[in-house]
Amino acid sequence: MDELLKILEGNALESRATIAKMLNLPAAEVDQRIADYEKRGVIRGYQAILNEDQLDLDKVTAVIEVKVTPQREGGFDTIAERISKFPEVRSAYLMSGSYDLLLFVEGRNLREVAAFVSERLSSLEGVISTSTHFMLKTYKRLGVLMHSDSKDERLTVSP
Amino acid sequence: MSASPSLRNRIANQVRDIPRSGIRDFFDIVSTMKDVISLGIGEPDFDTPWHVRESTVFSLERGATHYTSNLGYLELRKALSKYVSKTFGAEYNPDNEILVTVGVSEALDIALRALINPGDEVLFHEPCYVSYRATILFAHGVPVAVETKAENGFRLTRAMLEAKVTPKTKVLMLNFPNNPTGGIMSRQDLEDIAAFARERDLIVITDEIYGELTYDTAHTSIVSLPGMKERTIFLHGFSKAWAMTGFRLGYACAPAELTDAMMKIHQYTMLCASSLAQKAAIEALVRPDVDVGEMVAEYRRRRNYIASAFQEMGLECHRPLGAFYAFPSVAKFKIPAKEFAIRLLHEEKVAVVPGTAFGDCGEGFVRCAYATSLDNIKEAMVRLRRFIGRL
Repeated sequence: MDELLKILEGNALESRATIAKMLNLPAAEVDQRIADYEKRGVIRGYQAILNEDQLDLDKVTAVIEVKVTPQREGGFDTIAERISKFPEVRSAYLMSGSYDLLLFVEGRNLREVAAFVSERLSSLEGVISTSTHFMLKTYKRLGVLMHSDSKDERLTVSP
Repeated sequence: MSASPSLRNRIANQVRDIPRSGIRDFFDIVSTMKDVISLGIGEPDFDTPWHVRESTVFSLERGATHYTSNLGYLELRKALSKYVSKTFGAEYNPDNEILVTVGVSEALDIALRALINPGDEVLFHEPCYVSYRATILFAHGVPVAVETKAENGFRLTRAMLEAKVTPKTKVLMLNFPNNPTGGIMSRQDLEDIAAFARERDLIVITDEIYGELTYDTAHTSIVSLPGMKERTIFLHGFSKAWAMTGFRLGYACAPAELTDAMMKIHQYTMLCASSLAQKAAIEALVRPDVDVGEMVAEYRRRRNYIASAFQEMGLECHRPLGAFYAFPSVAKFKIPAKEFAIRLLHEEKVAVVPGTAFGDCGEGFVRCAYATSLDNIKEAMVRLRRFIGRL
């Protein structure tokens, strides 16, 4: 993967000037390449990684395994894209194994998510069955530990 | 340090006469201060890869708490043999040509003690790691320093060695990529040195602890050159590339006779390296490309950043090509390197190590380690720039 993308994946707020120095490139070229990635849709957006457990939110997240019938034209894509369009669905993946789609669904409370599953998701044509698991606590998200304090244990000067 | 004069007289000459490490003195100053950004740390800021740590815990639970073979676990020596062959280009027999040690520090000590008779001269290049001169003296050798220069990228040349070699010279010590300069040697550079060593019939001790950490070109080991394996003791370890400093695990590879000589000292002084550290090392060798590769990529970005920041602020620095040190010149400010470092510490709370800690010829330079987070490096550069603006 392009090192520029790697840096942005680690910290999207890194300044263009710093990135330019790290990559030994002119700042203008870094700007150009980022603009290019955005235009091509390789970069789809920038988000903060929150530790939501600290925020006392009215929010629950469920992981839902979904079995579906692939359609004659469009296979899994048609039904997966249809499901993905619901704003409640935060992430959706096609999986190998005993089910087909894995969804991360958010709602304000358990009832809201349950309603989404029973009224909207299960009733879609092509959805055979669902299995819903509620998330209890987040330990790590997008490669970031949620409960670590990164104290430097090293001596302040060493040979 | 309150030994009475009478006790001081009882201390062996070669110990009494060696000053404490300059790093140690500087550490004592820095450790009295708070909120210092340290570019003075000669060890990785990365954590030891988790699979290595996790596997070490498992080994502890499984009871790997006993003495190992003096040479080290055979399983580890086999893995090392493969790794050294692949990475450094030399074949060593795990049965009798590899010795696992307590860090490269022990390996260096026993290598010198195995070779040196009192009065034998040892060529080594300065600026260099703080222990070299002392370790030679402890072994009753005569240290003969060869000065490497910034304008030369801190490379060692045959001409420099020719100027210092005598009939008493027995050993040539090398350390590339170099701490503190970040200098490396090309294959061509090493071929000249190898020819010199062969012609003068010298034993070469090569400390390649930073061998994985080069940023623009691949590392070449002198041991891979024709006719060198039979006269070389190759030293390496896990501290730098795997961020395993506290495990204290190194190893020496050498022809069987030399390995056996070193083993004698090791067996009577250390017995064996820590069993758990050896288990950790076995796990570390499972996927070195991944573990080390990620860290090297990050060091390279920081190296680029710091080199570019020095350039912007007009601080002269040869391009660091290996290890994780930059060694800029502060000579133009007309103050000793130590004073520069102490004032920078007090006025801007940035710790760098005066070049004199690495030999007298380090005067006029400071060592800046970029084994710290980019945020720290960025802030340190802002402060450094402000500081030199006032000088």
